[in-house]
Amino acid sequence: MTRDSALVQLSLARMREFVREPEAIFWVFGFPIVMAFALGIAFRNRGPGELRVAVVRGEGDSALAATLDRSPRLAATVLDSAAARLQLRTGRVALLVVPGDPLVYRYDSTRTESRLARLEVDGELQQARGRNDVVAVRDERVTEPGSRYIDFLIPGLLGMNLLGSGIWGVGFAVVQARQKRLLKRFMATPMTKTDYLLAFILSRLCFLFIEVVALIGFGWLVFGVGVRGSWLLLAGVTMLGSLSFAGLGLLVASRARTIEGVSGLMNLVMLPMWILSGTFFSYARFPDAMIPFVKALPLTDLNDALRAVMIDGASLAQIAAPLAIVALWGAVSFVLALKIFRWR
Amino acid sequence: MPAIACRGLVKRYGTLAAVDGLDLTIAAGECFGLLGPNGAGKTTTIEILEGLTLPDAGDVQVLGMHWDDGAGGRALRERLGIQLQETQLADKLTVRETVALFRSLYKQSHTVDEVLDLVELQEKRDTWVNKLSGGQKQRLSVACALVSRPELLFLDEPTTGLDPQSRRQLWDIITKFRAGGGTVLLTTHYMEEAERLCDHVAIMDHGKTIALGTPRELIAGLGAEHVVEFALAGTGVGPDDAALSGLPGVQRVRRDDGRIALTVREVHRALPALLALLQAGGAELSLLTTHHATLEDVFVALTGRHLRDA
Repeated sequence: MTRDSALVQLSLARMREFVREPEAIFWVFGFPIVMAFALGIAFRNRGPGELRVAVVRGEGDSALAATLDRSPRLAATVLDSAAARLQLRTGRVALLVVPGDPLVYRYDSTRTESRLARLEVDGELQQARGRNDVVAVRDERVTEPGSRYIDFLIPGLLGMNLLGSGIWGVGFAVVQARQKRLLKRFMATPMTKTDYLLAFILSRLCFLFIEVVALIGFGWLVFGVGVRGSWLLLAGVTMLGSLSFAGLGLLVASRARTIEGVSGLMNLVMLPMWILSGTFFSYARFPDAMIPFVKALPLTDLNDALRAVMIDGASLAQIAAPLAIVALWGAVSFVLALKIFRWR
Repeated sequence: MPAIACRGLVKRYGTLAAVDGLDLTIAAGECFGLLGPNGAGKTTTIEILEGLTLPDAGDVQVLGMHWDDGAGGRALRERLGIQLQETQLADKLTVRETVALFRSLYKQSHTVDEVLDLVELQEKRDTWVNKLSGGQKQRLSVACALVSRPELLFLDEPTTGLDPQSRRQLWDIITKFRAGGGTVLLTTHYMEEAERLCDHVAIMDHGKTIALGTPRELIAGLGAEHVVEFALAGTGVGPDDAALSGLPGVQRVRRDDGRIALTVREVHRALPALLALLQAGGAELSLLTTHHATLEDVFVALTGRHLRDA
């Protein structure tokens, strides 16, 4: 294949047009990194942290506060009744201790933080008054890489990015060419349709490498997110995902005549997957009845496969099932797109 | 063998017949002009000939071949150069990259430099397409059509919307291409362009050919080669058509929006007679011009409408 071959020139043109579009560069390369950074910081593991509680002014308030403050997991202050209620209502403190006999814990039992505070406060106070624990226990804390939120997030962002760049990168360019009558102009040359479509796929693969290295490199440098499984397998999985989504992009763009029209279609395809496919949180949170549907989405399977390789070090055999679904989506989309494609 | 031959071409969009039984024969080596107002069916016709639109009926032969979707169609495309009316080339590719891209689609071709020399875009070779002027973009578009060393060049309104200088530059390119033995089919609604470039023209209206011949023949068909146009000042009624027709050498009288146009054989005899007639009637002129009859006058004579407002 020489530099003068149609496939090479078509792919080069695709790549040139892409890199000369600064917005596209940001959305494909910059945005996932910004996202990983922001979410990684927001949901970083803070260790046990201090829970803020308040003791309402009353008999023995300062002694109670002093007892609670001794715990490294609690920070207690003494407040007037009104101020205390306001702080509880606005979430500044997790729980109020009202002195008296019996002691009253006032808290919102639907707040995880408050229920945690209830346990801590009660434990401290009972212990201070001489409670004896009857079973010997030992804490073993786990914060090793692989179990943190960022470890979950990076493969998800990678999958989402492959989806976005596949669908946007291919769909947008195809419809733009159609809208500008450039597609028709190409049809007036001896160019083969296969070359035209293959050029999209080839140029996608070139950028894929940069996308993957940028995001994984960032995760590794900043958050120490590693790849436990085989790099080769990871490369294969991302490549398959990228090809499959490029096929989906072609399908989405196969008929649309205007950018506005295709933008709507692209969002229609991508939005459900962003939410359902376990990018930011596990899809296990959805009702059981929805799970088969969620698992049929290609991004779900790609995310599962990526996580299996990156976090659990899975082998090809272990992820064959999700990969097969991703491949099927790609193949069906591509064939269908070719069949219904509007060339002029 | 003619470069293009088509018989009984029909293309309907809904109930509208965009092309309505068209016959054309274009000889190899000539420049053929398809003329007519917007909506006459020129673009539909040329796109059928280019194999981009399927006719509802009729037979098309281009360079002795019929269009087919497979290898035959591609082989034919290797020999054609096509410029479409509304194509916008990729904004963020340079001139050189754009030509190189189109070049790569053909088996045999000019080098990028040869084509850029041909259309005089060498100094813009590294400029992005969206930074080019309208005329430069059009020349680039023609460059992409010429890069394959075509035998037959299709140009769909190549100079529409261009300034006079850019238009002349394009005419030069077309003339150079013809000097190399190439055949050209172009559509235009500029009659001047057709007179200047074309060996034969077909005037189209409502999907049909209403006149066919060399520009000279068509103008001669008016029976007179000059047009005298005048308008009267104030509300002067002026002479009636019968009086005007009786003037020496007047072939035809046409009234159009307050103006009166006489098609005449000899200006030097008709004009003094006209002035005398007007003076006798006490009418005062607010405008008087004369020009050589053009294809525009042919179109007006055939349809009763001007090209621009047709």
